[in-house]
Amino acid sequence: MRGRAPRGRATPYLFLAPALAVYGAFLLYPLLRAVQFSFYDFDGLTVGTPVGLANYAAVLTDAGLRAAFGHALVLVVFFSLLPLLVGLVLAALLVRARVRGLPLFRTVVFLPQVIAMVVVAVAWRRIYAPDGTLNDLLRAVGLDALTRTWLGDYATALPAVGLIGTWVSTGLVTVLLMAGMARVPKELYEAASLDGASPARQLRALTLPAIRPEIAVALTLTIISALKTFDLVYVTTGGGPGTSTTVPSYEVYRRAFELGEVGAAAAVGVVLTVLVFAVNLVVNRVADRQR
Amino acid sequence: MSAATAARRRGEGPETGPARGPSRGSAAHRAVSYVVLVGFALLALGPVVTVVAEALSPERAADGAGLRPQNFADAWVQGRFGDYMATSALVAVVVVVAATLLSIMSGYAFGTMEFRGREVLFYLFLLGIMVPTEVVVVPLFFDLRTLGLTDTVWGIALPQVAQSVAFGTYWMRAYFRTTNRSLIEAARLDGAGPHRVLWSVLVPIGRPAITTLVLLVFMWTWNEFLIPLVMAPAGQLRTAPLGLALFQGQYTQGTSLLAAGAVLVALPVVVVYLVLQRHFIRGMLEGAVRE
Repeated sequence: MRGRAPRGRATPYLFLAPALAVYGAFLLYPLLRAVQFSFYDFDGLTVGTPVGLANYAAVLTDAGLRAAFGHALVLVVFFSLLPLLVGLVLAALLVRARVRGLPLFRTVVFLPQVIAMVVVAVAWRRIYAPDGTLNDLLRAVGLDALTRTWLGDYATALPAVGLIGTWVSTGLVTVLLMAGMARVPKELYEAASLDGASPARQLRALTLPAIRPEIAVALTLTIISALKTFDLVYVTTGGGPGTSTTVPSYEVYRRAFELGEVGAAAAVGVVLTVLVFAVNLVVNRVADRQR
Repeated sequence: MSAATAARRRGEGPETGPARGPSRGSAAHRAVSYVVLVGFALLALGPVVTVVAEALSPERAADGAGLRPQNFADAWVQGRFGDYMATSALVAVVVVVAATLLSIMSGYAFGTMEFRGREVLFYLFLLGIMVPTEVVVVPLFFDLRTLGLTDTVWGIALPQVAQSVAFGTYWMRAYFRTTNRSLIEAARLDGAGPHRVLWSVLVPIGRPAITTLVLLVFMWTWNEFLIPLVMAPAGQLRTAPLGLALFQGQYTQGTSLLAAGAVLVALPVVVVYLVLQRHFIRGMLEGAVRE
């Protein structure tokens, strides 16, 4: 603030100090420590030995870790791309429909966002259980042959976990996109219709460019939540069957606190952090450039 | 989905767009919209209804038919969910109070004062919004164990205060930047110091922004899983989501009790969400840079 009395030189720093102290001690410092840990072979008990980049090399060479990052990519499809496609169609349909009850609809489809992931996981375990809702439904329509232990089957466990993510994300994405689409002036669509533009063409030429910021936010949020999936895997599958559903976050936890491979765990965490930053940067860059 | 789009196109006719006037034949579009609206809402509610129904159903046939609210009392006492909820409440109060106060003060400094290093320090806080919990939790555990802070409320709360302060600083700075400068000048001319200006002028009129922050921090803290899982290895101090996850791991029987526990864990945030949903949705969409 201009014209501030000289006595106030220290004032901003005094207001900042408590936040900075807690933030520095419990977030920045641990972040630096994680980088330090990642260069050591450290079991959490004895003094570690420096191993250079070996822990990072393991992220590329260790089959288990490579698989974990591969699974995270699959989850991105379910957490992010699928909800985006569904959300685009839903939002395009609903935003111009003269229907009642949109506020209630918003409340309902947003609900999965506020429920603890552990609770979501418990609910879906019941749905996927051998005697659960999904198999009951399949039997009811005569598709007994399709029934299975969804979360215990190598072929279906990862997509089953992924679909839970789809369920969680789709409402958020739809609400976001609807907010963006509501901003586009109706007259533009009317003019486009008069010019003979099909709805598909209107979506591509009018809607998508206008809602690019919302798409960027939706992608950033959902891709990152896919990359950071932990509670869901911990509760639904524990990484199984075998290692068919382990993800990077789960590997960080397992290696640090169950296997005593603290250095390796820290390296996975650092790689995950870099990925999260990269997603933020790339998605927002692309959105900005094309605006 | 494709069926819905196709039906919409058919309803609209090729020569008209989705933005047509209300009068003529948009009945088909409206009907399809209602079907999609209701269908999607049911999909979003399905898993929630499944859990609530299970929580109210008798565990064994011997318990009789019909609703059984007794399950909640059993979960509360036998399932120890009463204890878990109390721990969660304690952690949530510490995190919400500390994070909100610290964020108001740091946001005030960033938003209304000029000082050396302002940009750099602010970017430092922004960085923390993106840092995933996974990377900091590993060194935090070993360092806090050395300090004797594991298995304490502080060990669970302080890392979450740090995370929330990163977002809160960003959020409150955005609010303080929008406040009317002349208001601050007027208060200062009346002889109010920076503290008076903040607590007696800006905070009272900033209640909506602060409420949103409080709600978001409450939700994040209540639903957090990884930090309480790692920071309380002795198992004496369990937050509600942690208690639920471990309850599920321990008992293969007792699905009604598990479901009742799940409902209890989700309930506080869901109730607050239903009452103040505007704040939640606004906060989660506008504050989307977090994560």
